[in-house]
Amino acid sequence: MSLDTTYQGRNFRSVGTRPLRPDGVDKVTGRARYGADFNMPGQLVARILRSPHAHARIVRIDTSRAEALKGVKAVVTAADLPDLTEGDQGLFNTLENCMARTEVLYDGHAVAAVAAIDARVAKQALKLIEVEYEVLPHVTDVDMAARPDAPKANGTAPNIAKQTEFGHGDVDAGFARADVIVERSFLTEQTHQGYIEPHACVASCNSDGTAEMWVCTQGHFVYRQTCASLLGLDVSKLRVTSSEIGGGFGGKTHVWAEPVALALSRKAGRPVKLVMSREEVFRASGPTSATSIDVKIGATKDGRITAATAHLRYSNGPYADGWAEMGAMTSFACYDLENVKTVGSEILVNRPKVAAYRAPSAPMAAFAVESAVDELAQKLGIDPVEFRIQNAASEGTRSSYGPVYGPIGIGPTLEAAKAHDHMKAPLGPNQGRGMACGFWFNFGGQTCTDLNINADGTVTLAVGTVDVGGSRASLSLIAAEELGIDYKDVKAVVADTATLGYNDMTDGSRGTFSSSMATISAARNAIEVMRQRAALIWDIPVEDIDWEDGHAVARGENYGNLPPLSVADIAAEAGTTGGPIAGHSEIVADGAGVSFATHICDVEVDPETGSTRIKRYTVIQDAGKAVHPSYVEGQYQGGAAQGIGWALNEEYVYGEDGRLQNPGFLDYRIPVCSDLPMIDTQILEIPNPNHPYGVRGVGETSIVPPLAAIANAISNAVGVRMTHIPMSPPRILAALDREKAG
Amino acid sequence: MRYERPATIEDVTALLASGGEKSFVLAGGTDLLVRMKNDAFEADLIVDIKAIEGMSDVTRTADGFEIGAAVPCAALGENAELSRVWPGVVEAANLIGSTQIQGRCTISGNLCNASPAADSVPAMVAAGALARIAGPDGRRTVPVQDIPQGPGKTSLRKGEFIEAIVLPDPGPRSGDAYLRFIPRTEMDIAVVGVGVQLTLAEDGSIASARVALGAVGPKVIEATEAAETIIGTRLDQPALDALAAVCSEVSTPIADKRGTVDFRKQVVGVLAARAAKIAYQRAGED
Ligand SMILES: Cc1cc2nc3c(=O)[nH]c(=O)nc-3n(C[C@H](O)[C@H](O)[C@H](O)COP(=O)(O)OP(=O)(O)OC[C@H]3O[C@@H](n4cnc5c(N)ncnc54)[C@H](O)[C@@H]3O)c2cc1C
Repeated sequence: MSLDTTYQGRNFRSVGTRPLRPDGVDKVTGRARYGADFNMPGQLVARILRSPHAHARIVRIDTSRAEALKGVKAVVTAADLPDLTEGDQGLFNTLENCMARTEVLYDGHAVAAVAAIDARVAKQALKLIEVEYEVLPHVTDVDMAARPDAPKANGTAPNIAKQTEFGHGDVDAGFARADVIVERSFLTEQTHQGYIEPHACVASCNSDGTAEMWVCTQGHFVYRQTCASLLGLDVSKLRVTSSEIGGGFGGKTHVWAEPVALALSRKAGRPVKLVMSREEVFRASGPTSATSIDVKIGATKDGRITAATAHLRYSNGPYADGWAEMGAMTSFACYDLENVKTVGSEILVNRPKVAAYRAPSAPMAAFAVESAVDELAQKLGIDPVEFRIQNAASEGTRSSYGPVYGPIGIGPTLEAAKAHDHMKAPLGPNQGRGMACGFWFNFGGQTCTDLNINADGTVTLAVGTVDVGGSRASLSLIAAEELGIDYKDVKAVVADTATLGYNDMTDGSRGTFSSSMATISAARNAIEVMRQRAALIWDIPVEDIDWEDGHAVARGENYGNLPPLSVADIAAEAGTTGGPIAGHSEIVADGAGVSFATHICDVEVDPETGSTRIKRYTVIQDAGKAVHPSYVEGQYQGGAAQGIGWALNEEYVYGEDGRLQNPGFLDYRIPVCSDLPMIDTQILEIPNPNHPYGVRGVGETSIVPPLAAIANAISNAVGVRMTHIPMSPPRILAALDREKAG
Repeated sequence: MRYERPATIEDVTALLASGGEKSFVLAGGTDLLVRMKNDAFEADLIVDIKAIEGMSDVTRTADGFEIGAAVPCAALGENAELSRVWPGVVEAANLIGSTQIQGRCTISGNLCNASPAADSVPAMVAAGALARIAGPDGRRTVPVQDIPQGPGKTSLRKGEFIEAIVLPDPGPRSGDAYLRFIPRTEMDIAVVGVGVQLTLAEDGSIASARVALGAVGPKVIEATEAAETIIGTRLDQPALDALAAVCSEVSTPIADKRGTVDFRKQVVGVLAARAAKIAYQRAGED
């Protein structure tokens, strides 16, 4: 049965409640199995040898001494991962990123790997691998790399690797009409997703040509696809099981060491366990782009924006992806603009290959744009919330990146901010308040779900989207809602790649959006089967049977005395009415509703040390429909917390030698608990017209406004416009000194 | 690697004297074990001093306190008498790491690790603390500032280790304080640290003062010139300004991932003035 996905509105019974999550007890008792908790008999331990250079040619690798070491079972280099990518540039980049081929392109780039009987031997073996490098000139800074005389980061490719443009109207004419124009340049430093769990997997290649992998990932189907392609395996022969995940935030949407683990296992003929250290996580996985952004916005005296432009340069690492492009698309998405133009430039540098990080690329663009919007409002003498309300996009607005919006939440989140207590609370000395808006696209994609009715009438829901934020709880609520049964009678699991059809990974805030759509569809299919079974049990036409509150109900006077059949009643007769009962669903979940948020933040800045404390923080965001409100709030708070770290202290620090100086949590400073106030949340529910329950993705938008909201707050507290993220104490103090010096 | 847990001080010095180049005393292990796990080096010999009798005691003597080299920092905070007499030293020790770390780490280890950013060290220097050293040739006692020689280097000779830190009684109308600057609120390494100790004359003016600066040079700086700017004053604004200026001047920081030269020079003055105010108030209440 094909699913009608239009929003129908209903009185929810399960959706919107806050039951405990099914994975909760295991997680708080330490029983949950994360990537590194999986072990196999006879498994070997893998270690990776990494480049100490930012950029060098590999002249020679000699692994013979390592291979001769007792206890070493396999050593691999790029030679063991032949290029099977057949001209697919993206796949080749992935391959080369997993293991350097002719050149190392950043500090930490893998050059070889060993599998040995234990960690001690593996470490010893790494020391015995001889690599001769010819050091090449390197460039790590995004603006330096964009200069014509900069060293090339990767082969002969130009460092300005790609340029994209978005917008409409005539910006020159628009600026000509402006009474006030703000034009500024902004910088943001590179940050890491900072997930607590490092990448980990166990790979096992068998002698019959099949392979299995247990791995911490946001998308085991995608990992299977990529690994099978890189190793030349049939997709069916590689079975991938995802573990519990200790955070991903986009960093676990890409393979890093998994193909290497498989190559080692294939060569050694034994299972291989590979767990990255924190230092490896920082040096060789993850990070988001460093950026340099120029923004120009003009408005009339009465507060109407007439034109807006942005040029966004995003560091990509050594490979051209589309990070600046996403920045260019999102930068002005909150506003209704007649004339707008954005240009995104992808810049190659000798740093790790950039990966998605929660609403990838949007926070930096929002920082630049929302800072300029704030400054413009100040210059015009208009309240920053009013100014934004006046220019906010709404239903029917043509967005700056092209599409025309349906019903959206930017206006309502701004109105809610305006009405919020937080906006009226008094401020103390050295304190400042800031606010900012944010946008994220959200995504749907390919999704497959099985809903099995068990013999006792309970339900097992098998989904293929990895649960990164409580989606098993949310999807159980959805199944319970649609079937009309209790939450406690549904158990959701994340199925492995051999037991369910393909699923895109959990990214783009799609987990609950797309899998809930598939779950509703599967439940409706199961209901259809149960109605047919009831028809057989009762021996009446199926058209005369309704499904109400978890029961088959015979309709009409003729059957008035037939007691309704529960799911358990029907399941009990499955053996005699046609066998097991299940509902399946395979969909492309279209119509992920775009998402908007407005954040308000109070800071206190110590003017003598430049130290900033976040005193109060409020997140207001549209959820479409909050399926499990606690986990929606958790997403809002988590994004804000990460944004606070990014805004204040987190940054990759590179030395002159092109090496990362702070690959650890001591000097890469994510916030600790005592750095954060309780983050208040307000959920708005503007139903997504393209989802039966009105659900929108909620996971990413919350990280978009914080950089700007905090920058605006600090700028208001100290009276100097902050244009460089992170606003660490030395940067704030230096900005104050510059201001004093005039 | 050899691990030993001797019962006497003599065994410790004998083991250390006969051990290879990579022989280490193990107190709390919060530096040593972390470095070993990070593959910084492979140790030949580890001598754990926690089994030695008396090594984990804080002793009140006729003229001060003796803090055994194995006393965890948490125990310092729980010692009411020590906290009353040396609040600055205790607060410095209780800034180290977290509750978990403080259950293990020691101020002797903090000193011997010889990090320029060690928190308890400026506080100890300001307090006039002494290190009692045991070695193959007997005992000697030196001011704590003589122990660190630069990042990771100490003046301890082969076979020597610190058996106790001695804090002399400061006399009446005294107070001390320690402040550090970290970008976060906890679990961070000092970008700047300042310890100040003051004793007031009966008229409330400052009779003597000691100022020590951390993380603004290769080792702790005892800023005698800075202390002199406030002696004889009642810590009025000009005195505070002079103190801050001299602290900035005598600092010789480097720029690194934790902070710039300018930042450190500026903030060391700010913290010195703030720490002096706290110490002054404590001395007044003493
Ligand atoms: C998470 C974390 C947070 C931290 N935070 C801070 C902080 O905020 N501030 C700070 O200053 N430090 C901090 N540290 C560093 C460390 O905790 C301190 O330096 C601590 O005081 C070291 O004491 P310990 O007893 O654990 O030393 P150990 O690790 O046992 O020893 C450190 C060094 O000193 C030597 N040594 C120890 N005792 C003696 C002795 N009696 N005689 C001779 N040599 C000796 C050892 O051989 C070793 O080289 C932190 C460490 C961690 C892991």
